[in-house]
Amino acid sequence: MQAIEVNDIKKSYKNKYALGRKEPDTGISFAVPSGELFGIIGPDGAGKTSLFRILTTLILPDSGTATVNRLDIIKDYKKIRKQIGYMPGRFSLYGDLSVEENLKFFASVFQANVQDNYYLIKDIYQQIEPFKDRKAKALSGGMKQKLALSCALIHKPSVLFLDEPTTGVDPVSRKEFWEMLKRLKNQGITILVSTPYMDEARLCDRIALIKEGEFIGINTPENIIANFKKMLWSVQSDKMYKLLTDLRSHPSVDSCFTFGETHHITLKRDDLTTNDLKQWLQQKGHKGIMIREIDASIEDCYMQLAQNG
Amino acid sequence: MKQFVAFVHKEFYHIFRDIRTMMILLGMPIIQIIIFGFALSTDIKDIRVGILNPNEDMTSRKIIEQIDASEYFIVTRYLQTEKEIDKVFKEGKIDMVVVFSEQFSNNLLHTGEAGIQIIADATDPNTAKTFTQYAANIIAAGQQGMVSNGNIPIHINSDIKLLYNPQMKSAYNFVPGVMGLILMLICAMMTSISIVREKEMGTMEVLLASPMKPIFIILAKAVPYFTLSCINLFTILLLSVYVLHVPIAGSLLGLIVISLLFIFVSLSLGLLISTLTKTQVAAMLASGMILMMPTMLLSGMIFPVESMPAILQWISHIIPAKWYIMIVKKLMIEGVSISFAWKEISILIIMAIILISISLKKFKNRLE
Amino acid sequence: MDNIVIETKNLTKTFGNFTAVDHISFQVFKGEIFGFLGANGAGKTTAMRMLCGLSKPTSGEGKVAGFDIYRQSEEVKKNIGYMSQKFSLYEDLKVWENIRLFAGIYGMNDRQISEKTDIMLKRLGFESERNTLVKELPLGWKQKLAFSVSIFHEPKIVFLDEPTGGVDPATRRQFWELIYQAADQGITVFVTTHYMDEAEYCNRVSIMVDGRIDALDSPKNLKQQYNAQSMEDVFQQLARKATRKAD
Repeated sequence: MQAIEVNDIKKSYKNKYALGRKEPDTGISFAVPSGELFGIIGPDGAGKTSLFRILTTLILPDSGTATVNRLDIIKDYKKIRKQIGYMPGRFSLYGDLSVEENLKFFASVFQANVQDNYYLIKDIYQQIEPFKDRKAKALSGGMKQKLALSCALIHKPSVLFLDEPTTGVDPVSRKEFWEMLKRLKNQGITILVSTPYMDEARLCDRIALIKEGEFIGINTPENIIANFKKMLWSVQSDKMYKLLTDLRSHPSVDSCFTFGETHHITLKRDDLTTNDLKQWLQQKGHKGIMIREIDASIEDCYMQLAQNG
Repeated sequence: MKQFVAFVHKEFYHIFRDIRTMMILLGMPIIQIIIFGFALSTDIKDIRVGILNPNEDMTSRKIIEQIDASEYFIVTRYLQTEKEIDKVFKEGKIDMVVVFSEQFSNNLLHTGEAGIQIIADATDPNTAKTFTQYAANIIAAGQQGMVSNGNIPIHINSDIKLLYNPQMKSAYNFVPGVMGLILMLICAMMTSISIVREKEMGTMEVLLASPMKPIFIILAKAVPYFTLSCINLFTILLLSVYVLHVPIAGSLLGLIVISLLFIFVSLSLGLLISTLTKTQVAAMLASGMILMMPTMLLSGMIFPVESMPAILQWISHIIPAKWYIMIVKKLMIEGVSISFAWKEISILIIMAIILISISLKKFKNRLE
Repeated sequence: MDNIVIETKNLTKTFGNFTAVDHISFQVFKGEIFGFLGANGAGKTTAMRMLCGLSKPTSGEGKVAGFDIYRQSEEVKKNIGYMSQKFSLYEDLKVWENIRLFAGIYGMNDRQISEKTDIMLKRLGFESERNTLVKELPLGWKQKLAFSVSIFHEPKIVFLDEPTGGVDPATRRQFWELIYQAADQGITVFVTTHYMDEAEYCNRVSIMVDGRIDALDSPKNLKQQYNAQSMEDVFQQLARKATRKAD
């Protein structure tokens, strides 16, 4: 069964398209089967939040249809609201209420009981339980995130919408968070999650790469990487900034981007060898040159696809 | 129902944990009553007095000297005709005019009786009432030492005439006014702010995406402020009866019922504001500018509506507090039966129906 | 040494009985890109505030751009630039108005400002956006512009607090190229980030755990020392040891 089905959705604000496009006429379409962990990956302002708000019945699309658990987002919004859990971009908690009070409040809003569904949030909530009398506003980013997730889960939703749950959260908390999502998925909950961090993409079953309101790629992370057809090299030398400008001036180099400790380059032609390039760079005065052929990361793919689009 | 109770519970937490705001909300009526009750009757000094004395004679001159000698008054002008009285008042050159009757001294000497009229500008009724009384006292004290020809004690009739506010709207004016202001403020401003705060914090998003019915959200928001308003109503009534000695002349029950109706109108207004604004600051400004200022200035609380230009009088009709204050004056001070206020009450009921239907219609169950 | 631009000795900040920054000592050199990493609540923001002269240390010493952060905080402020993800430019002002405002704050005269504005906009390729309101620019452009504005008065050091959060990958790289350029001109860059690949761009990186600096070296050496594949691994190893979790 498809937990989420989206057909040709468009949404604009004052003639500015947040989702879809007028010329050429395109909308957003995709489907998420039950029990999948589906990621929407893209930068701020790409339309992620609009998409989440449409699916959580908070705003209406300009055109197109969408269903959640086979329920229409416009007609059956009341039923949908009983079955989903939603964690908006800013962790929406009441700062002047304690951890426990927040949890109890959201449980009663969803007509649920903390005891009945405690097993579902136990792993997550246990980590913040020692601070249950602390006011939510005094929690760190990672703890707020855990509390917000507990609150979104307490009524045992069948579909969970998480809009940028890891933004502004440090790498350790982020990693823990994705481990929690994996466990929730194993409980059979469908999860739609958005993130601007490309490295989180590989933790999803399937991903959609979104840019300026359009999907520029939708597949499993592995297939997205497999579809990266160009030759990709990582290049290093002792003078990284000079290396960047030098590589860009090389006639066979198509694109060159910084990637952590190395630069990633794609090539226009296949006839260049790593040795050719090494010699060329040595002439330019670089030392300690290292060139390796590498597999693309999701971020390489995103930039490649974004360029083509 | 459990949903609703939990929500109300949460609202009370918000209020109780923000001690400062709560103290302001509960302390405000007390402070306002005290300020209006005591501070408004300002010290009276150097009141400019004009004299209209058709026959200058010994007795009248003596009285004028006594008035001028008092620290309250300065005689600044002698008028020749009655027409001049209105003119000097309008020019703002004078605060009070003392008019001696024709043949003042003669009458006094022969009949032992004569009249003095004290005319004052009563746009500020409290002050006018005070200083005219002072003037009357000076005149009364002055006549003590005088004896008529027939050796009978003389009697001067002081007739006080107040211009521009002829009924001399009670000095208790402000008690109904403060009631209107406080209830409006707490219900409309606080309700709108607390709803808009949820929008601003993003929690409204989660609430809307939940099975919670929007009408429950609104009702749950209204309950705590309704409660606070009732406490304030009680405080104001207690203070006005026991501290300011303003009696509740009419039916207490009627007063409470009318206040509840007004609270309902104010809550609906607050709700309307919350649907039209996105930030707490905007909600506060909207309730401040749209509700507070007109309520204070146009409801007859401080300035009598009757002496305002026609356009302001017309605007004042759409201010709920004006009608409420009118009813309260009738019930509380004039002590008439509730049936005499049927017109004002029906206006408030119509306002309530219109406001609540617009705001419920406007309150969306989505974000935009 | 002349080319030390930031130097701290046992710099400490306590709030009540909570030690936010716990005796940190380090040096940053001229033209260096210095990555200042740590989990939420490790004390990064507090330390950065002290270095910018916004908050007085409880104990310890600190010198920024040659000025004492206790006694000469006004001098410190004149010699640094600052940019964060949360606040950078005034959204309701035009591009050139923002530039003029911030340059004016640092005491530049009108002629200097107008000359440099032209050069800067040209370098960024923003000439056509001179009269655009900042709120109408895409996020990535805003961040690039904000960075350029923060180094407009040619400070000795620029502090960047999570400058690239939420920015798309291509713009994020253009942003780092601007950082390289600035460092090339001799401006020291002191930067915090949650992207671990960006930590690799830094000449040296410090990692804060529970208010202390637990590691400080070049990314290469750190990876060797912790026997890790990437800075992400190094960070995970160190930050997981943290015992406190409050901001």
